[in-house]
Amino acid sequence: MTTSQTFTPIAARPSPTATSGWVHWLRQNLFSSAGNTATTLFLLALAIYLIPGVLEWGLFQAVFAPNAEACQAARGTGACWGVVSEKYRLILLGRYPFEEHWRPVVATSLMVGGLVLSCMRAFWKPWLVLMWVAILAVFFTLMSGGVLGLSDVRTDLWGGLPLTIMLATLSIFMAFPLAILVALGRRSNLPAIRAVCVTYIELVRGVPLISVLFMASFMFPLFMPQGMSIDVLVRVVVGITLFAAAYMAEIVRGGLQAIPKGQLEAADTLGLSYWQTQRKIVMPQALAMVVPSMMNNFISIFKDTSLVTIVSLYELTGALSLALNSDVEWRPFKIEAYFFITLVYFLFCFAMSRYSLWVEKQLSASKAR
Amino acid sequence: MAPVTPPPPKKNWSLNSKATRGVLYQVIALMLVVATLAFLANNTQANMAARGIPSGFDFLSAPAGFDIGETVIEYDPEQSYAVAIGAGVLNTLKVAIIGVVLATLLGVSIGVARFSRNGLVRGLSYGYVELFRNIPVLLQLLMWYLFMVEVLPDSSESWRSFDAFFLSKGGFSMPWPTAGVGWGWVWFGALLGLVAASVWRRRIHQRFEQTGQDGDRLWAPLALVVLVAVVGWLVGGMPSQFDVPEQLDFMVDGGASATPEFLTLLLGLVTYTAAFIAEVVRGGIQSVSRGQSEAASALGLTPQHTMKLVVLPQALRVIIPPLTNQYLNLTKNSSLAVAVGYPDVVSVANTTINQSGRAVECIAIIMLVYLTTSISTSIFMNWYNARSAIKER
Repeated sequence: MTTSQTFTPIAARPSPTATSGWVHWLRQNLFSSAGNTATTLFLLALAIYLIPGVLEWGLFQAVFAPNAEACQAARGTGACWGVVSEKYRLILLGRYPFEEHWRPVVATSLMVGGLVLSCMRAFWKPWLVLMWVAILAVFFTLMSGGVLGLSDVRTDLWGGLPLTIMLATLSIFMAFPLAILVALGRRSNLPAIRAVCVTYIELVRGVPLISVLFMASFMFPLFMPQGMSIDVLVRVVVGITLFAAAYMAEIVRGGLQAIPKGQLEAADTLGLSYWQTQRKIVMPQALAMVVPSMMNNFISIFKDTSLVTIVSLYELTGALSLALNSDVEWRPFKIEAYFFITLVYFLFCFAMSRYSLWVEKQLSASKAR
Repeated sequence: MAPVTPPPPKKNWSLNSKATRGVLYQVIALMLVVATLAFLANNTQANMAARGIPSGFDFLSAPAGFDIGETVIEYDPEQSYAVAIGAGVLNTLKVAIIGVVLATLLGVSIGVARFSRNGLVRGLSYGYVELFRNIPVLLQLLMWYLFMVEVLPDSSESWRSFDAFFLSKGGFSMPWPTAGVGWGWVWFGALLGLVAASVWRRRIHQRFEQTGQDGDRLWAPLALVVLVAVVGWLVGGMPSQFDVPEQLDFMVDGGASATPEFLTLLLGLVTYTAAFIAEVVRGGIQSVSRGQSEAASALGLTPQHTMKLVVLPQALRVIIPPLTNQYLNLTKNSSLAVAVGYPDVVSVANTTINQSGRAVECIAIIMLVYLTTSISTSIFMNWYNARSAIKER
């Protein structure tokens, strides 16, 4: 009766299909169905068709040395990056006196350094304002000179990247407080103040920046009392500031509208005055909410500074034309030079948009708790 | 202990009353605004008198004396400044309207492509958006223009396909029906077909609302349009004359053509704005919570129906306001035409300023034109937005 039972294991089941790793990713994203596979293959074929040509033109056949004859010889088959190595100082710094180039370089590095520090949370302290006052003072001293044995450089010689960065930074700094005031004015219960703010915002947002710049360059001189003339740089900064402030005000207003009314009522109950309420209760919440759209706005101001070239200020875009248009030898290679400043703009804007994503993540992390 | 005396009753007009201060602030603010404006106007008048700049809009009736590269209406330099500026306005509207349509098509495709099941398509659309929106539009326009005038062949040896489409430094040309009574019937037929198709679609929609039976909303109406247009073609005597462009020795002649300046501006504005529209569309679709599409598939809706009936109607409400902003941005950015030599209203006004010295008047005209366009676009989009908003009971 003792029948012995022998244990025979059944065959092991196959391991489950991988749900991670690159094989799974490929299967899921590139070859999940017939249509999907066809799209993938089509795009790969396109890439195989296009990429070698681009590499050939931009890299293998390209001329990197600042040699106009070699560039001329390679024309049509290879890019001429030599134009960048030949002209980069003119493109980046414009008409600034050649032997004084260290001054805009130092001044701009200082400003960019300040911007980078201001982006870090550890530096969000009251003394940041003082630091900026110092940075701006040093920037303008270095750029314009006339003191400490530095030679005098008129503002119409300023140009290139320093001008781009300065225009953007100054306009943002000045537009921001104005925007807050105008946004508060638009939400005020005082009808006259509200009307003034609404008119300003809608008027400015309805017209293109170029018309504001035309106004700054053609009409501003007429606005001033006789005999008083204002530097074109100042006029343009004021123009961009007034333009940017209207857009920023609408962004701030979005944040203000998102503050529940109970917060204001609570502040009233505590006996806080209007300005105390705004400063301690409303603004900290409202401004934190609009950081992402604010950053987008900063990016567009940075890009918009390129428009000043139309009113004859030689920032990055203008400096490029200045550097190449009068030079018969290098003018044919303008497109390569354009690629170069495109890269400069792209790096700045892309860095800003990445930073904006990071801030957004930080803020949503604090909300998730 | 002295008896506590009650505080004196507050007078209504005292400085401590909120109402009084409100009035006071407003009076001060208004006075400041008026004073500033008066100061500026006064200075302007004094300056203009001192420099001998004439003012007023009477110059508008004087002959313009400059030529405009391309116009929608007939124009020659003998005509007045008013006509010249009008031609500029029409050029602005032309590029803005075509640009808005094309940018919407491209932007929506790219925005939807961000959700493609194919990883490469997703990556490409992401790359497109990041690349195009992080470069100033002016720079893009200048590069397109350089491409047009440097890379394209001379108009004596243009790129062509089927001997019908020509692209060269001289611009783009394609065949176009010759103006005439016959083709008029075709256009009329197409228009009639369009009306019939929209009636058809409305009927289908009504039946769908009442009985839940869906019908063909795309192909049948489309066929209707084509059919009626063909009927129009038959009625019109089957016209077959096309104005086909021809390659001449030094140029391409005939057909419908677009100048390189127009093409540059259109391409630049469309590719730039499309990147922003793609982001708007992506944001809109993402704003519809996942549960909605999950519920739709639980109900047995196909992915197409889920998109059409559940996701899109909800996404549209989020999309439309920022989309309006992008349309307005495109219109305002068309003022960069002045950098590539397309004669839009800003560039015509700029020439007028240089010729007549009427800076104040011309800038006022530019601003008025853009304000009018902006306001009418917002009115139209607000109407459309109200239509697609949630119908709450």
